[in-house]
Amino acid sequence: MAVKYIYPDYEVARNYDRCIVCRVCERQCANDVHEYVPNMDKMVSDDDKCVNCHRCVSLCPTRALKIVESGHRFKENKNWSARQIKEVYKQAESGGVLLSSMGNPDDYPVYFDKILINASQVTNPSIDPLREPMETRVFLGSKPQEIRRGDSGEIICDAPPHLRLGLPVMFSAMSYGSISYNAHESIARAAEQLGIFYNTGEGGLHEDFYRYGKNTIVQVASGRFGVHKGYLDAAAAIEIKMGQGAKPGIGGHLPGTKTVGDISRTRMIPEGSDAISPAPHHDIYSIEDLRQLVYSLKEATAYRKPVIVKIAAVHNVAAIASGIARSGADVISIDGFRGGTGAAPTRIRDHVGIPIELALASVDKRLRDEGIRDNVSVLAAGSIRNSADVVKAIALGADAVYIGTAVLLALGCHLCRTCNVGKCNWGIATQAPELVRRLNPNGGYKRLVNLMTAWRHEIEEMMGGMGINSIESLRGNRLMLRGVGLNEKELEILGIRHAGE
Amino acid sequence: MIEGQQRIPSGCAISGIFSRSGRPLGGGEVIKSISVMHDRSNGLGGGFAAYGIYPKYRKHYAFHIFFDDETAKSECERFIQSRFDVADSSAIPTRRIPEITDEPIIWRYFVKPIAEKLEFDAVDEREYVARAVLKVNRDIDGAYVFSSGRDMGVFKAVGFPEDVGRFYMLEEYEGYCFTAHGRYPTNTPGWWGGAHPFSLLEYSVVHNGEISSYDANRRTIEMYGYPCTLQTDTEVIAYIIDYLNRRKGLTFGEIATVIAAPFWQTIERMPESDRRRYEYLRNIFSSYLITGPFSILVGFDGGMMALNDRLKLRSMVAAERGDTVYVASEEAAIRVIQPDLDRVWAPAGGEGVIVTLDKGVR
Repeated sequence: MAVKYIYPDYEVARNYDRCIVCRVCERQCANDVHEYVPNMDKMVSDDDKCVNCHRCVSLCPTRALKIVESGHRFKENKNWSARQIKEVYKQAESGGVLLSSMGNPDDYPVYFDKILINASQVTNPSIDPLREPMETRVFLGSKPQEIRRGDSGEIICDAPPHLRLGLPVMFSAMSYGSISYNAHESIARAAEQLGIFYNTGEGGLHEDFYRYGKNTIVQVASGRFGVHKGYLDAAAAIEIKMGQGAKPGIGGHLPGTKTVGDISRTRMIPEGSDAISPAPHHDIYSIEDLRQLVYSLKEATAYRKPVIVKIAAVHNVAAIASGIARSGADVISIDGFRGGTGAAPTRIRDHVGIPIELALASVDKRLRDEGIRDNVSVLAAGSIRNSADVVKAIALGADAVYIGTAVLLALGCHLCRTCNVGKCNWGIATQAPELVRRLNPNGGYKRLVNLMTAWRHEIEEMMGGMGINSIESLRGNRLMLRGVGLNEKELEILGIRHAGE
Repeated sequence: MIEGQQRIPSGCAISGIFSRSGRPLGGGEVIKSISVMHDRSNGLGGGFAAYGIYPKYRKHYAFHIFFDDETAKSECERFIQSRFDVADSSAIPTRRIPEITDEPIIWRYFVKPIAEKLEFDAVDEREYVARAVLKVNRDIDGAYVFSSGRDMGVFKAVGFPEDVGRFYMLEEYEGYCFTAHGRYPTNTPGWWGGAHPFSLLEYSVVHNGEISSYDANRRTIEMYGYPCTLQTDTEVIAYIIDYLNRRKGLTFGEIATVIAAPFWQTIERMPESDRRRYEYLRNIFSSYLITGPFSILVGFDGGMMALNDRLKLRSMVAAERGDTVYVASEEAAIRVIQPDLDRVWAPAGGEGVIVTLDKGVR
C-alpha cells in the first residue's frame, strides 16, 4: 500500500446517538464521503474526500453531523507550516501546478478592517433614513463638464451613455461555465429586481438570459468566447476584461470536460474543447491597442453603451488607470488581490497583486491629481464583504463596487474553496445536472435581493449617521474615514488620517 | 493651530440686504441686523461683503489683503506689480477699538491686468485675476487676498460682527447689497482670513452650517485648480460657485439645483423636459452636491442668492419691502431694521432665492 503523506484536514464527526441512518448525507455528498455499511447498519465516512462544504451538516435532519479539524499536526514549525509541507508533498506526487479556488485566504492585512467611519455629533445633525429620503442612486460613466446650450439657452442634455444603479453595488463577473445555469439565473433576476447590474463573465450569455439584457454587463475577455453582435447589443454595458484580481497576469482555463451542451454553444466553441483565455489579449499589447478595442466596441454598439475596462490591482495600477481614463473607457473596474476565482494557480492567487483598498486610493488620487477623475467612474472589487466595506470603498473614492464571493455565499456557498473540482454540492460551481438542480433560482434570487436590501438599509444608516443623504456626497469623502493601527505610509496612501487626529 | 491646519466646524448667523433698484443702502443697517443675533456668534469671526461701494473704480479689481508683516507686503506687492497696473493703493480705513485686537496690515489695491501679460496668458481677464489671487494665497507666506472683485469689497476680522463693522467703519460705505456674518467656530480663535465672507472675484459667500460632503467637494474642486488652503466649508462653496458660474456657465438657478439638488423622488414627478434636465445636472455635476446643514448668502455682481440645504437643516428667513429684499438666519434680524414688511417667508430647502438688480439700473 502506498504511503499516504497527507492526513485529512477535516474529520466528519458523527454522533451515532443521533444518526438515524436516513442516508441523506450519502445522497447529498458529491465527493462520496459518506457510505452506508449494511452489515453494521451504520454510516461511515472517508475523511480524505471531505472538502468541508457543510452540505451534509446542513441537511442532516437530526444534527448528527459536524465537520471538525482533524487536529493532526506536524511538529511545530513557524517557518515550515503544515500548509507549506503539504504543498510540497502534493507537488512531489503530482508534478503539477497547485490549483485553488475563491479568494486569497492568507494572512495579509485587510485594510477595510483598519478603517473606521465617522458620525455626526452636535455641529451637524445626523439624518434618520426612516424619516428622510436617503439616496443611493449612482450613475456610472464619463462626466464631461462642458455644458452646451440650445438657441433659447436651454441645456442640451446629451450626456454620454451611463448605467443607472439603484444601489452602488453590482454582481461581478462569473461566467456561465464556472457557475451553473441556476446560479446565473438567480443572479440575473436579482439584478433586475434590484435595479442594478450583473456581469456575464467571459463565458458568453446564455440565450435564455437575453431578457435580462438591460441589467446585464457583457464581458469581452482575451478568449473572446461568446462574443458577437447580438451579445453586445443585448447588454447595458460592455466590460473589457484585462485582468482579474485573483490571477493577475495570467489567463483562464475551462477544461473540456465542462464545455458541454449549452456551455459550448454559449461560448461558441466545440463540445469537449478546452476554453483557454490567453494571458494577454493578443490584439492589445499596449494602451493604444486598448483604445482601439474600446472604440471598436463603441462603434459596434453605436456609442450607446458605456465601456468598462477591468484590471487587476497590481503595483503600477495608478499609472495604468490613468492611461485607461484617457483611452475612451467610461468606467474603470479595479479588482483587488483578494478577489475570487473559479480556479487559479495557488501561487498566483496568493502572491500576486495588491489590496484593493490601497489600489483604489492610489487610483482615485492619481486621477484627481491629473484632473481626469470625471472622465471615468471607478469600480472597486476584490473582497467587498459587507455594507461597511461598501461605505469605506466609496469614501476612499469608488463610484460603486462589484461583489462576487458575497453573492455566492448568499446562494449557499460555504467557501470550501474547491470550485475547480466541479463537484459543488450547493449547485453553484458545477455543471452536473443533479447538483445544479439543488439551487432553486426562485429561492436563490430572493436571497440575493434580501442581502442587498439589508445592505441598503445599513448603508443608509451609516450615511445618515454621517449627515449625508446622497451617496455622491460620500464618494471620495475621505475625511469621513480614520485609520487604526496603520503606519504613516499606509495612511498616506489611503489618504486618511489616524483615529484621534 | 490656525485655519488651514485643521478643519474647524462652526455655527453662525447670516444676514443680507439687497436693493433691486440699486438704491444706495448704508452699511449701518446690516450691522444693526447682524448684531441682533449676537448669541449666534462667539466673537471669533465676523465680516461683511458690500456691493456697489467703489463706483469710482468700477472697472478695477479691488484687492483687499491681509499681511502678517512688511516683508510679506513687499513680496506680495512685487508680485502684484508684475501682473497688474495699480491705480490706487492705500490702507483700508479702520477705527481703533478695544474689541478688535491683533490686526494684521490691511491694505487695498485697485488694479487692472497688464494688457500684454493678459494677452500672453491667453485667458480671459477674470481667469487671469483669479489665478493671481489663488497664487498669492497659496504661495506667498503671510499674504492673503480676501477680496478681489470689481465694485465690491469684503471686510472681515476676528471679533463679533458688530465690532468688526465698527472697526471697518462700514457705516461710511454705500452700496446696493450688503451681506454679513457672525461666526461661532468650535475651537481655537480663528485667523482673520478664516472669517466670512469668503470671496473670489465678485463672488462672496457667507455661510452658516457644517457640510457633510466637504471632502468630496474639496477633492473635486481642487482638481480644477482651486487649492483649498483654509479647510473651511465656505472656501469650498465659494470655489464651487465660481467654477459652476464663471467657468461652466451655469445660471444661479441651475447652481442651486446642483448644490442643493432636488431629491430623486421629486425629480421623478417632474414633467419630462424638466426631469431630463435635473437628471442631467445631478449626474454630470454629482460631485458638487452639498449635503449637511447650510444656509448661504452668495453675493455676485448685480445679484444675491440665498440658499438652504435640501433638508433645510439651518434656519433662514426671507422678506421683502418695496424694492428691498432681506434674508437672515432669524426673522428678528430683519424686523429690527424693517418692521413693516410686505412679505415674510421661509424658503424651502434647496429653493434658491435669487435677486438681481432691475434692468437698466447700471
